[in-house]
Amino acid sequence: MLSALASRLNLLKQLRQGNFGDAVFKILAYFFGLFLLFITLFIMYQLLFQGIPAIREFGIGFLWSTEFDPVQQQFGALQFIQGTLVTAFISMLLAAPIGIGIAAFLVEIAPERVNRIVGFLVEMLAAIPSVVYGLWGIFVLAPFLRTYVEPWLIPVVGWIPGFEGPFRGYSVFTASLVLTIMILPTVAAISRNVLQAVPRDQREAMLALGSTRWEMFSKAVMPYAKGGVIGALALALGRAAGETMAVTIIIGNARRVFTSVFDQGATIASVIAGNFTDASGGVYISSLFLLGFVLFILTLSINVVARLLIRATSTGPTNPTGGF
Amino acid sequence: MAAGQLESGATASDRRRKLMDKFMTGVAYFFTFIAIAVLVWVIAYVIIRGISVWSPAFFTENTALFGDGGGIYNAMYGTFVIVLMAIAIGVPMGIMAGIYLAEFGDNRLGDFVRFIADTMAGIPSIAVGLFMYGLLILIMGWNAFAGACALAILMLPVVARTTEGIIRLVPGEIREASLALGLPQWKTMLRVVLPTAAAGIITGAFLAVARAAGETAPLIFTILGSNFFNSNPMEGAMAAVSLYVYQASSSPYQAVQEAGWGAALVLLLFVLGLNFIARAIAFTQKQN
Repeated sequence: MLSALASRLNLLKQLRQGNFGDAVFKILAYFFGLFLLFITLFIMYQLLFQGIPAIREFGIGFLWSTEFDPVQQQFGALQFIQGTLVTAFISMLLAAPIGIGIAAFLVEIAPERVNRIVGFLVEMLAAIPSVVYGLWGIFVLAPFLRTYVEPWLIPVVGWIPGFEGPFRGYSVFTASLVLTIMILPTVAAISRNVLQAVPRDQREAMLALGSTRWEMFSKAVMPYAKGGVIGALALALGRAAGETMAVTIIIGNARRVFTSVFDQGATIASVIAGNFTDASGGVYISSLFLLGFVLFILTLSINVVARLLIRATSTGPTNPTGGF
Repeated sequence: MAAGQLESGATASDRRRKLMDKFMTGVAYFFTFIAIAVLVWVIAYVIIRGISVWSPAFFTENTALFGDGGGIYNAMYGTFVIVLMAIAIGVPMGIMAGIYLAEFGDNRLGDFVRFIADTMAGIPSIAVGLFMYGLLILIMGWNAFAGACALAILMLPVVARTTEGIIRLVPGEIREASLALGLPQWKTMLRVVLPTAAAGIITGAFLAVARAAGETAPLIFTILGSNFFNSNPMEGAMAAVSLYVYQASSSPYQAVQEAGWGAALVLLLFVLGLNFIARAIAFTQKQN
């Protein structure tokens, strides 16, 4: 197999020709390129391998058990999957209009100079570390929401299932808001790239028909860019699902199923980060690894779908960080 | 008469369309304003709260997660050492992977590696932290080296993809001229292509480092955090600025929370500073 690979890469030929340096160079380049594949598989394997004791103990039922009791050594994942999906979806729904709005502003409205400054500022939003957002969320945003937002928000939405009960500062809702801020740059940056890739003709044809700028954007640009924008949203969803520090600080880490977004909860990432140092031995730590594996598969599948969508619609190289 | 009616009907709909257009333009402005307002809110708040904590003692004392708080001397040392090691591991590997993608990656295998690199950039950092815990910490005990490895893994895809992009921008003539002079491919790469692309690669590396420096999740599983000064990166728990901010945020002591703001400001300035430097390099390169 090794010799087959060598002949595939023309290594033997290069060695015969005395191109020793090139052969070494090629081997090194291939090694580090393939290392990316290797490390991804190795991470997946390691998480699953360390989770084996938990799999033996709880089986596939781990996924839909809501038990989480370190004393009884009973662990399940359902409430954390709920927390992860709910926070990620709320933040994506909120970030979608704002992020697309920013992208539309940058591409369709702003002059070159404003464009550069605003693009830079949105990028700064992405550069702020997660843990700083967490600190800000718990000491600034949560009290702010309790004082200024709760009094008028609760009478409006308090009767809707999912929004009932007392309003807490450390809650699923606050965590989702902070996540929204954190994924906003991803949505805005990739949407901007996708919108820029829409051909000029598309816009000019619509404007020539006498349409306004909004009609042009909604009827000629968006339909063209739809796939890529959905991809950007999916990517943001994956990012929100995997985000750890800010959520761990803010969400309250209540290890149970929540029925209201104003209640406390926990996500997969937050329960791992929040309980890791207390986890002593055997099944407990193994369960956290298994949770990590579930999170890995979840975010990986979201990311794969997102990348396929973006690749199908936008031209040019996409930036893996989602930056401008 | 009929014509007049038609005309007035048309103007009414025109007015509605123009109003809608103005409204949606306003919405776009408003959303952009929200993002910038939040940015200013966060940064200004961290600066105001953080600067009041700063004092000479804050930078010379070790962290204390109890009582009246402490400084962040050991945490700054930890962040410095861990980030430096992560650069030493992650940047060369990322550049090599980028060279692979640019030089040998125009086939199905290369496409697949590229795709994996892009998806890898979206893998939660906490998964990498757990991975390192299982791989190294269970055997070696808490140590900063494992933390640096975790950060290096997070940097890899970013450095690799930016390097690839920059190398592809290097004009073919330069490469061909070098090859025509009889230089082998590897020498062409190291002596001609990489120096031409250097500014872009350094920009990418700076951005990757800025991202890694703010990471906290992988450090929980590798360096644990500590109130003592530990200079040995291969053995023992260590403190780091980002990790300290997390620990301070859940502290019941008011003074420790205050110290957390001071540490958050250090972290913010460090990360934003790296971002600025990266942009400045990219900008001056563009001017040339």
